[in-house]
Amino acid sequence: MAKVKSLTDLKKIKENFQMKMDLIAKCDAPDSMFQVKIAMATCGIASGAKEVMNYFIEECSKRGILALVTQTGCMGYCYAEPTIEVTLPGEEPIVFGDVDLKRANEIIEKYIKNGELVDGIIPVNYNTID
Amino acid sequence: MGKYKMHILICSGAGCRASASELIQNKFELVLKAKGLENEVQVVTTACFGFCEKGPIVKILPDNTFYIEVKPEDAEEIIEEHIIKGRQVSRLLYAATINKEVVSNAQNSGLHKKQIRVALRNCGFIDPENIEEYIARDGYSALGKCFEMLPQTVVDVIKESGLRGRGGGGFPTGLKWEIASKYKADQKYVVCNADEGDPGAFMDRSILEGDPHSVLEAMAICAYSIGADQGIIYVRAEYPLAIERLKVAINQARQYGLLGNDILGSGFNFDVEMRYGAGAFVCGEETALIYSMEGLRGEPTIKPPFPTESGYKGKPTNVNNVETFANIPVIINKGAKWFSSIGTEKSKGTKVFALAGNINNVGLIEVPMGTTLREVIYEIGGGIKDGKKFKAVQTGGPSGGCLTEKHLDTPIDFDNLLAAGSMMGSGGMIVMDEDDCMVSMAKFYIEFSVEESCGKCTPCRIGNKRLYEILDKITKGEGTLNDLDLLRNLSGVIKDTSLCGLGQTSPNPVLSTLDNFYDEYIAHIVDHKCPAGRFKALLQYAINPELCVGCTLCAKNCPVNCISGERKKAHVIDFEKCIKCGACMDACKFNAISIQ
Repeated sequence: MAKVKSLTDLKKIKENFQMKMDLIAKCDAPDSMFQVKIAMATCGIASGAKEVMNYFIEECSKRGILALVTQTGCMGYCYAEPTIEVTLPGEEPIVFGDVDLKRANEIIEKYIKNGELVDGIIPVNYNTID
Repeated sequence: MGKYKMHILICSGAGCRASASELIQNKFELVLKAKGLENEVQVVTTACFGFCEKGPIVKILPDNTFYIEVKPEDAEEIIEEHIIKGRQVSRLLYAATINKEVVSNAQNSGLHKKQIRVALRNCGFIDPENIEEYIARDGYSALGKCFEMLPQTVVDVIKESGLRGRGGGGFPTGLKWEIASKYKADQKYVVCNADEGDPGAFMDRSILEGDPHSVLEAMAICAYSIGADQGIIYVRAEYPLAIERLKVAINQARQYGLLGNDILGSGFNFDVEMRYGAGAFVCGEETALIYSMEGLRGEPTIKPPFPTESGYKGKPTNVNNVETFANIPVIINKGAKWFSSIGTEKSKGTKVFALAGNINNVGLIEVPMGTTLREVIYEIGGGIKDGKKFKAVQTGGPSGGCLTEKHLDTPIDFDNLLAAGSMMGSGGMIVMDEDDCMVSMAKFYIEFSVEESCGKCTPCRIGNKRLYEILDKITKGEGTLNDLDLLRNLSGVIKDTSLCGLGQTSPNPVLSTLDNFYDEYIAHIVDHKCPAGRFKALLQYAINPELCVGCTLCAKNCPVNCISGERKKAHVIDFEKCIKCGACMDACKFNAISIQ
């Protein structure tokens, strides 16, 4: 990776990456990317987030779903770990709590494949700054 | 969205479930089926909306309508009017209490979202091991912006923002930076204090694990403004994942040239290394922390000189806490005015709290300063577990005190908490209900302070031990009223004469429980009873002669044969011999035995 030499360089990286993220969020072709973020802080991992993340990576490729599975930090919902956030193309992200492998399967089959919501949604109860 | 046109979301948080949300769900499903809509509208349950006082909550998607205090019999009307005819049922909409304006769109109801995430802005949003995601969220642009300002101007911005240290003391951060910048030295240091040690606190860990770059960027900004070129993160070794992610972040920042020499072509050099703490609570105190970094025993020294004058290796050293640093890039990017517009007069911005204890939604929250405890506990925390009664909140860890029902509507900020006999501390918030014994709570924290006292000064080393012994005596039912005066006097001496913050604040849990729960101490001492039923030594099993039928089962099960009585006549327990094992109570089929 070339070094970032100036503020302009930094802005370029920012824009490039935002474009990448936008592509994921904006494309609405039926076979486009799904994004799954797994809360992987110590608390999440302790309650099984790693297995859930592996499950998503393996199962999505097995079932032919093009999904971008990434880790992220603590979402703050300690009472409902492991928590994951799923973004369908063109939709608002939805957070699911208490995701074990059984529920992960349900989320893939129902929500990711058909857009049907499943039980255990966590309403986002905060505003974040832009 | 898929084959369903609409979704009905029903809150199944503990609060709403207590008010019949399951019945509501059934009712909705029944009505939908009756109208043949079950394939068009789907009913799903959600976790707590954090709005439990107005529960049960029902939300309709896709139009985001937010209904409160819904009853099972409302299901029909909502489906008939809203789902079929597309007209909102206005009597069930959430009306903001202040302006009586009816708010139907959940996204727009500002009151519904009590939390603003500033320090936690990227936690749970970006991949902490990917620097590009951080850059995409304006990462490192604040540092770039600082290079276009004079170092003194950066200090002024932080001063003007009113940011105060989030590690506990609440010292103005800008002032600290200014003092550090004034000293002339060939070498200065910026230290990040990540030695989070309060029981039940995990704010700093979550920030380091979820957004490590925000801390690195802020350290570089601090270094630029005070004239340092070396940063050190002192993190406790018990945080392996935080350490791992920090290492990844430091390496990535170096690869991108955001740490190292000539950052962003500014000619400014800065690099960060890490030191690991071995889990001593006192090392969170900045002078002890510096000793520990130098490889010496973690013991505090008298201030002044403050570390800003003579710190690590005798050089000017600026020590800030993780959460304090996490606020810095936002302040630079959005301006001091923006930051100081949030919060109360003397406490600006937001505060992250680790909400723990007997509360439904245990979690990590960030609220503007000035939010009340009631809002935190009942609207964000979802209320007390199992519908029990709220008793107290412990804030400030072993240095803090407890806040009770009368403080529920006090806006939370540094000064109000101090005035209420507690303190902000680093942000642990432990909620206690009616079954928690306050004397044992005080004992727990004093035991913690006894173990964590470094032993350098006498008041802390011996005083806390004596406090613990007195509390232990009281919880065993052997205390005297004289002990209460002794507790108070000794606490005062420890506070006044201890060397560092640990001893100066360690008696706070005792003083605060004496002030707020004096009657519980009296109950332990005079009546030999624990009102919360916590202490074995204070329990007494007794047989109610009216309920006892004389079946002899209890006597047969008693391992020490302390129950006597004739068959078919009420039995009696000999309190002297009883070992309080509870076997008799388990054996009794007539609920005749109870704890007093």
